[in-house]
Amino acid sequence: MPATAPERVLILGIGNVLWADEGFGVRCVEAMASRCALPSNVRLMDGGTQGLYLLPFLEEADALLVFDAIDFGLEPGTLKVLRDDDVPSFMGAKKMSLHQTGFQDVLATAELLDRAPRLLTLIGCQPVELEDYGGGLRPSVAAQIAPAIALAIEELATWGIGVNPGQTASEDLADSSIRRDVYEGGRPSADDACRTGDHRFFPTAAKVRA
Amino acid sequence: MTTQTPNGFNLDNSGKRIVVDPVTRIEGHMRCEVNVNDHGVITNAVSTGTMWRGLEVILKGRDPRDAWAFTERICGVCTGTHALTSVRAVEDALGIMIPDNANSIRNMMQLALQIHDHIVHFYHLHALDWVNPVNALRADPKATSELQQMVSPSHPLSSPGYFRDVQNRLKKFVESGQLGLFKNGYWDNPAYLLPPEADLMATTHYLEALDLQKEIVKVHTIFGGKNPHPNWLVGGVPCPINVHSTGAVGAINMERLNMVSSIIDLCLEFNRNVYIPDVIAIGGFYRNWLYGGGLSSKAVLAYGDIPENPNDFSAEQLHLPRGAIINGNLNEVHDVDPRDPEQVQEFVDHSWYTYGEPGKGLHPWDGETNPHYELGPNAKGTRTHILELDEAAKYSWIKAPRWKGHAMEVGPLARYIVGYAKGHEDIKNQVDGLLGTMNLPLNALFSTLGRTAARALESEYCSRLQRHFFDKMIQNIKNGDESTANVEKWDPSTWPKEAKGVGMTEAPRGALGHWIKIKDGRIENYQCVVPTTWNGSPRDTQGNIGAFEASLMDTKVERPEEPVEILRTLHSFDPCLACSTHVMSPDGEELTTVKVR
Repeated sequence: MPATAPERVLILGIGNVLWADEGFGVRCVEAMASRCALPSNVRLMDGGTQGLYLLPFLEEADALLVFDAIDFGLEPGTLKVLRDDDVPSFMGAKKMSLHQTGFQDVLATAELLDRAPRLLTLIGCQPVELEDYGGGLRPSVAAQIAPAIALAIEELATWGIGVNPGQTASEDLADSSIRRDVYEGGRPSADDACRTGDHRFFPTAAKVRA
Repeated sequence: MTTQTPNGFNLDNSGKRIVVDPVTRIEGHMRCEVNVNDHGVITNAVSTGTMWRGLEVILKGRDPRDAWAFTERICGVCTGTHALTSVRAVEDALGIMIPDNANSIRNMMQLALQIHDHIVHFYHLHALDWVNPVNALRADPKATSELQQMVSPSHPLSSPGYFRDVQNRLKKFVESGQLGLFKNGYWDNPAYLLPPEADLMATTHYLEALDLQKEIVKVHTIFGGKNPHPNWLVGGVPCPINVHSTGAVGAINMERLNMVSSIIDLCLEFNRNVYIPDVIAIGGFYRNWLYGGGLSSKAVLAYGDIPENPNDFSAEQLHLPRGAIINGNLNEVHDVDPRDPEQVQEFVDHSWYTYGEPGKGLHPWDGETNPHYELGPNAKGTRTHILELDEAAKYSWIKAPRWKGHAMEVGPLARYIVGYAKGHEDIKNQVDGLLGTMNLPLNALFSTLGRTAARALESEYCSRLQRHFFDKMIQNIKNGDESTANVEKWDPSTWPKEAKGVGMTEAPRGALGHWIKIKDGRIENYQCVVPTTWNGSPRDTQGNIGAFEASLMDTKVERPEEPVEILRTLHSFDPCLACSTHVMSPDGEELTTVKVR
C-alpha cells in the first residue's frame, strides 16, 4: 500500500468502440459503473481516443487506473497488469498526424510537465480482433471484463479505497446510443451492411471473422 | 519517361523510389511513395491509404438523431466537427430550424475546435519539422529572452530565468532516459536551420500551448455538458441557458459564461503574442524553403462555415468563406453546391473499387460500393506486403473526389485563398499584413509554409469570431431569448416517409460533408467525404494527381533516408489518418519507416 492513500482517483477506459476489441477499455468502465459503488473521490471516465484532451484529467488525479487494449504479443484474451514505470510512455517526433497522439503520448506529456499521477496502473487485454469496423467485443475479450474489474477492485484496495457492489453515476460515460448493448445489438446484418467492404474501407476478407 | 498531367505536373517515375510508410497495427494507413532524380528532386509522387472507415456499415438502420454520437467516435481529434456536420445533415433532411442561441453556441464550439486543433497541430506536431528541441539545450537563456522580447514585446513570459527553467526541465526529461520528445527525430539533419535560441523559444511555447489547450476544451465542457465527447442535439444544442440561476441543475449560468469569455481572451492573446509571432520568426529562417505549393495555386475548395444567422448557409452569410477556384484564376470564385450531382463526384479508376460504369464519377448520395483489390502489373511485392505500388493501375483505398472534374486542395490555406480572392476583409488584411511584415510576395502563400501561416492567421481570426458570437449570444439572452433547441420535429411521426440532406462544415483540416438518406424514420444511407479524402486522393480518370501528390512535386530531398522535407509538406495539411485506434505496446515503436530503393 502506498504511504498515503491517493485523494483523487481517475479510472479511465481507453479505446475506440467502433473497432471491435479496441473498445475493451471503454466497456470496462461502463460495466464498472453499473456494478460497483465507488466513493466520491473516484471518477469514472470514458476516455475514447481523445489523446491530449485527457491531459487535464490526468493532472487532476493522484492515482490513475487505466483499462485498455494492449498489444504485448500475448494469447488473445489475456489480461496483463502493469504498474508505474512499467507502463510504456513515449512520444514520437515522426508522427504523420495528430491522430496518432495516443494515450501513451499523454502520459509522456504529463511526465514532461511534471504533473503525472503519483500512482499508475494499467489493466490491459490482448485483443482477438481489431479490424472489424462496427463490430463489438469478441467473446473471449468480453469474458475478461468481469476479471478485469475484479483486478481493479483489488488494486483500489491496495490504494486504501473500498468498493461495494452497486452502481456509480457518471456523466463521463458514452452516450446511451453507443453503449455496448445498444451498439452491438443494433448492428445491421452482414446482408444489409457488407462487412468486408464499404466506400472507404475494405480489410482483407481473411481478417474479418465477424 | 515524362508525362504531363491535365492539371499541369510533369511526372517521371524513372528515378530512385523512396517509400514513407507509417507503420501501425491497422492496415492501410496513408503511405507515400516518391521518385527522385539524380539531384534528389522529387519527380513523381504517389499517395495511398484508407484513412476513412465508411460509416454506412454501422449507421444503416439506426435512428438519425443518434448519428452524431457514432460520428463523434470516428476520430480522436475532430469529434465535435463530425457531430456538428451530422446534426446539420439531419436538420437539412428534415427541415428543422435551430434557434439563434444554438447557432451562436455551435459556432463557438466549432471555433474552439479550430483554434485548439491549429495550436496543437503546430506546437505538438508540425513545429518539430522546423524546430530542433535537442538544439534548444545549447541555447543561451539570456539571448533567448532578448529574441523573445524582439519577436513579441507583449508576451509577458520572457525573462532569462524563465527560459533557463524550461531548459533545465527539458534537460532533466532527456536525462531521465525517457528520450520522449526526442525519439525518432532527424535531429542532425542539415534541413534544420534555427539557431538554438529560436529552438528554445519555440520549445518553451510548446509547453505554454499544452497549458492553453486544456483551457480551450473547457468551452466544449461548458456547452457540450461534458468533455471528452460533448453532447450534441438535432434541433439545437443540449444545454439550457439560465442566467438567473434558478432553473435546472447544469444550465448555463453567468459564472460559466464568464469562464468562456476569459478563455476567448486567453486564445486571442496567445494567437497574437505567441502563435503568429512564432510562425513569422520561424518562417523567417526558412523563407527560401518555398516548396510544397502543389494545387494551392491552381485549384482550391471550401464549403464555408460559421453562419452569422441560424439556418442560413448562403455564401455571403458565412464568416469562413465558401467557394472554388480552378485553373489558378483568382479573379473568379465559383459558388459550391453540395447537392448538385455535377459538382462533387467521386471517381474510382485508381481506387480499389469498381463502378457499374467505368470512368464515371458518382455524387455521394448515389455512391456505389464494390470493393476490388487488385495490384497493377508493375507493382512490386505481394498483395499483403507491397514494396512498391503501380500508380498506373488502382493503388488506393481512398476514392478520388473531384469538383466539376478538378482535383482540389482543401484546408486553412484553401479557405484563405478563397477568402483573399473574394476580398474577405478580415482575411485580406491578415494576409497582406503577414506578407508585408515578412516582405514576401503573394505567391509565397502557395507553399508548405503558406499552409502553416494560414493556419496561424485563421486561429487568430477564429478567436475574434468567438468573441463576436459570445457577445451576440449575450445580447440575445438580454433581449429575453434563452431558447437553445427546437424540438417541434423531434418525434419521427412528424417526419416525411423519405428525406435526404447534407451537412457541411469546415473542419480544421478542410471541407467536410455528410450526406444522409432517411427512410421510415431510419438511416438508409450515410456518406462522409472528409478533408483528407480530398487532399490525399489518388489520380482520377483523366490522370489529375491529388493535393498531397502535387505538393511533393519538385521538392529537393537532401537525405533520401531522412525525408524530413516530405514530412514537412504532408504535415502541413494536418492529415487525418487512421486515427482513433491506439493499442498500448511495450516500447515506443517507430511510427514511420523509410525505404529507399
